[in-house]
Amino acid sequence: MSNIIIYIALALLMLTLIAGLIRFVKGPSIVDRIVAFDSMTVTSLVVIGVIAYLSNRAIYFDVAVVYGLLSFLGVIIVAKYIQGGL
Amino acid sequence: MTYVKLVGELFLLMGSFSLFVAAIGLLRMPDVYNRVQTGTKASTLGAIMSFIGIGFLAIDHWDETNWIGRVIVLIVFIFLTNPVSSHVLMRAAYAMKIPLSNVTSVDKLKEDIEHKVLEEPIDE
Repeated sequence: MSNIIIYIALALLMLTLIAGLIRFVKGPSIVDRIVAFDSMTVTSLVVIGVIAYLSNRAIYFDVAVVYGLLSFLGVIIVAKYIQGGL
Repeated sequence: MTYVKLVGELFLLMGSFSLFVAAIGLLRMPDVYNRVQTGTKASTLGAIMSFIGIGFLAIDHWDETNWIGRVIVLIVFIFLTNPVSSHVLMRAAYAMKIPLSNVTSVDKLKEDIEHKVLEEPIDE
């Protein structure tokens, strides 16, 4: 157990995902749900980076880059839709 | 355990703690605008610090593949895209006319709309 601090950080990230999921379920308006989804996406990017370090596979960073790009486009498109631009 | 790995682990722990504080603020803030503020700004700081920590951790694996370039690309990408999504979400929430909370006392955008400095965001 040489990297126990990394596991503590992963536990904090899982608690962060749970809190974002609670806000995603009970958010009163749609903007709350989009913000919770964005926060969960950023947290899962960090989780993917930590898993890439722990399993010695650098190609997971490419997964993180593409996932961040797609999430950013999704947030922008949904925000423009609820604003009435589309 | 080398000192580089210790520095990387401390950066990762501080970034994870910042993300956790952002999630607590996402649960406890009274208003949509405050939630957008705390949900994007603190999570930007936490993600950037976590990826700096992962980059410090990856220095030991420098011989295998090019980790550092991808980590720098991720940091620059998060630093560019997260404030843009925050701004767009805040503008959409203002266009939907979601009411401010009771403790909010300053609304600069409403003052500018009343004095014809800016135009009101479109809502259909």
